[in-house]
Amino acid sequence: MKRRSLLKGSLTAGMAGVAATAGLLTPQMVMAAWPKAAFEAKGMNNAVKSLFGSEGLTASGDISIKAPPIAENGAVVNIAVSTSLKNVDSISILVEKNAQPLTSSFNLAAVTEPFIKTRVIKTRVKVAKTSSVIAVVKSGGKLYSAGREVKVTIGGCGG
Amino acid sequence: MASNTIRPRAWVDGDVATVKMLLTHPMETGLRKDKKTGKKIPAHYIETIKVEHNGKMVLDGLLGPAVSKNPFIQCKFSGAKAGDALKISWTDNKGDSDSKDATIS
Repeated sequence: MKRRSLLKGSLTAGMAGVAATAGLLTPQMVMAAWPKAAFEAKGMNNAVKSLFGSEGLTASGDISIKAPPIAENGAVVNIAVSTSLKNVDSISILVEKNAQPLTSSFNLAAVTEPFIKTRVIKTRVKVAKTSSVIAVVKSGGKLYSAGREVKVTIGGCGG
Repeated sequence: MASNTIRPRAWVDGDVATVKMLLTHPMETGLRKDKKTGKKIPAHYIETIKVEHNGKMVLDGLLGPAVSKNPFIQCKFSGAKAGDALKISWTDNKGDSDSKDATIS
């Protein structure tokens, strides 16, 4: 009998240990929400596939990208993306020729009202060398894209 | 982390609010080398940026090291009015974070 209770006791302790480990793991799981693989992916297709789970991009005329045709300093390139597509879930900005193309992704799904005017994201990104800047808009489960070339005279990566 | 890393500006035009924010952050890619020591400067960049309007998420952004130093982000959302509360917060790859409350003017 004593042995039984000992076994039970150790089992409970074991369970507590598991629970503690699970508790310890939780913050890391929250961190995992940042898609490391997508940001580290090399090449446009890999990055898109890693971020969205598919690589079928449809070129769309409903996305407009504002970017300087010639960027004097590739470390700071102003990019503005706007779209008139409906049901926009997210807007992502990729630089095709960067070693790691994905620069940023903005989730707008939480905005319920389909206000066309509000589908705008402006930010600044690094462009390593002359490249197309691609905006990928996820809308209704589909991926749409548009691109614009930026010529870079001084690279944005490296010293 | 140094305080005051978020400089927001928000205003409303009709029903659409525009939020501009300038974040102070080195955004190191981890690929750059220190010219003196020749060693790589460790990566240090913002991973997430969130904007909440009256407690409701309006922008949930994922950033990578390819976003420029001292990131600037502008977004718009609808259904806002002057005086509404905004909360902007970021977290980076080293576990640092900051948040700031702002009001729409």
